[in-house]
Amino acid sequence: MKIVLLSGSTVGTKTQTAMTYLYNHLKLTASEHDLTLLDLKDYELPFSDGRNYLDYQGDAGLVTSELMSADVILIGSPTFQASIPATLKNIFDLLPQNALERKIVGLVMTAGSPKHFLVAETQLKPIIHYMKGLLVSNYVFIEDIDFYQQKITNDDVTRRLNKLVEDSLVLAKSYQRAWQEQEDSYGF
Amino acid sequence: MTKKFVTSPQIDVTKGLELGIYTLGDHMPNPHTQQLISPQQRLNEIKEMAVLAEQAGLDIFALGESHQEHFISQAHSIILANIAAATHRIKLSSSATMLSTSDPVRVFEDFSTLDLLSGGRIELVAGRASRVGLFDLLGYDLADYDALFEEKFDLLLKINQEETINWHGQFRKPLSEAHILPRPQKEHLPIWRAVGGTSTSAINAGRAGVPLYLAHLGGPASSFKPTLDYYRQAGEQVGFKQEELLVATGGFFYASENSQDAFKEYYPHVNQGLTLANGQGFPKPAFAHGKEKESIINVGSPQQIIEKILYQHEVFNNQRYIAQLDFGGVPFDKIMKNIEILGEKIVPAIKKYTKKEVTP
Repeated sequence: MKIVLLSGSTVGTKTQTAMTYLYNHLKLTASEHDLTLLDLKDYELPFSDGRNYLDYQGDAGLVTSELMSADVILIGSPTFQASIPATLKNIFDLLPQNALERKIVGLVMTAGSPKHFLVAETQLKPIIHYMKGLLVSNYVFIEDIDFYQQKITNDDVTRRLNKLVEDSLVLAKSYQRAWQEQEDSYGF
Repeated sequence: MTKKFVTSPQIDVTKGLELGIYTLGDHMPNPHTQQLISPQQRLNEIKEMAVLAEQAGLDIFALGESHQEHFISQAHSIILANIAAATHRIKLSSSATMLSTSDPVRVFEDFSTLDLLSGGRIELVAGRASRVGLFDLLGYDLADYDALFEEKFDLLLKINQEETINWHGQFRKPLSEAHILPRPQKEHLPIWRAVGGTSTSAINAGRAGVPLYLAHLGGPASSFKPTLDYYRQAGEQVGFKQEELLVATGGFFYASENSQDAFKEYYPHVNQGLTLANGQGFPKPAFAHGKEKESIINVGSPQQIIEKILYQHEVFNNQRYIAQLDFGGVPFDKIMKNIEILGEKIVPAIKKYTKKEVTP
């Protein structure tokens, strides 16, 4: 399976730290899969102008193609102004409407305050659903106080991140088996 | 409101629904064998498709223009000229000409010339492009996507009705007493507007009284009906009669004696073709809906396809249906077989059930 981790922020370190942790954890525990970490800090992306993703050149072409070919996408998002950042929303806008069809999507939210706990629920999940992604129902919410010097210091957070990986893979494998059965049943 | 000039083709409804085939000019490997024929062979096969379509008694053969990878139809008017020389009776058309990135004067010159070369058999379908790489390639700004098409389409229609024109617009130099030659064999070229499903595009076609080409991939036929309702209502509002607002529909087609074989053979072509052309395949569960009578996907046994085309005719009240039977690297023997089935079984049945009695 192809697993793409998307760190959805161009500033700050918390989302990047969480996604790097997940990437390293996957390398240790699920190295048989094709793993890619896309950190939006590393790319120059234009705002979407509505064209097909194949018509983008450069970084936009690379980032969208990686996401389109993924079986599992783990998205990390910071919380800016009580919402997801524009950089992450732009990624969704660069992709086709049903880009997440048959993809398992796991979410990690970072925030400065527990008051933002429902941002994923009210703002990120509806986008993923609309784009036909299959969400791992529990997401991992990480606060400012769980980090120290770009490390996660809360064992409960790392436990939840590990579980997110486990749940995403279980879901992906189960769906892939079920989809195969479904496809075989058509007889063509 | 003033009614404008009608740019529709003459379609004799007493003969029933017009039937034809179209290709986008894709050049892709056969997914069953991974074999990719040469560009030259593909161009020859496209010409042969038109010749066979004529022999099978089809009404029209149409060819698209595309500038993206995996396609061979960049110079579609030149390919159509080659086809015009090899055929005698069948109507020929673009499906579609990418007008947004072309000069309407040049497009008219080309198609008018094609019309003279073919003995008055040429039609033009103007489209906006679904993939937009050609904007960079041909030097246009994607930000002008809508405005470019609307302006160029207006100019093309004007050239079609007036031999000498005065015109000014945003995207090219004005034309002053410009004599646009050659003129087509008949009074005007039939010019259609390609509509991919957006209501606005359909409404614009209706307002201009321009015949509409509706392309469809999948889903129930009824889901495309509202687009046609918008088109007809918009046309009527500016004074066009229902019979002047012509509709052609086009989409996937593949016939085999046995329905299951048709699905087995064609699905890999469609799935691969869409992946290469648009970056996303055709989900198998969605394609499997094609087995239902209400689906727009005309794949199956000849009898099933006859029932579907008749059902779609009932829903759309269309005057023409064109079949895309070569998409995604279909080998030529299967293309030939499909044209044969169309000619021998499907065309006679559809014509029989759709011809309209004319009351004296």
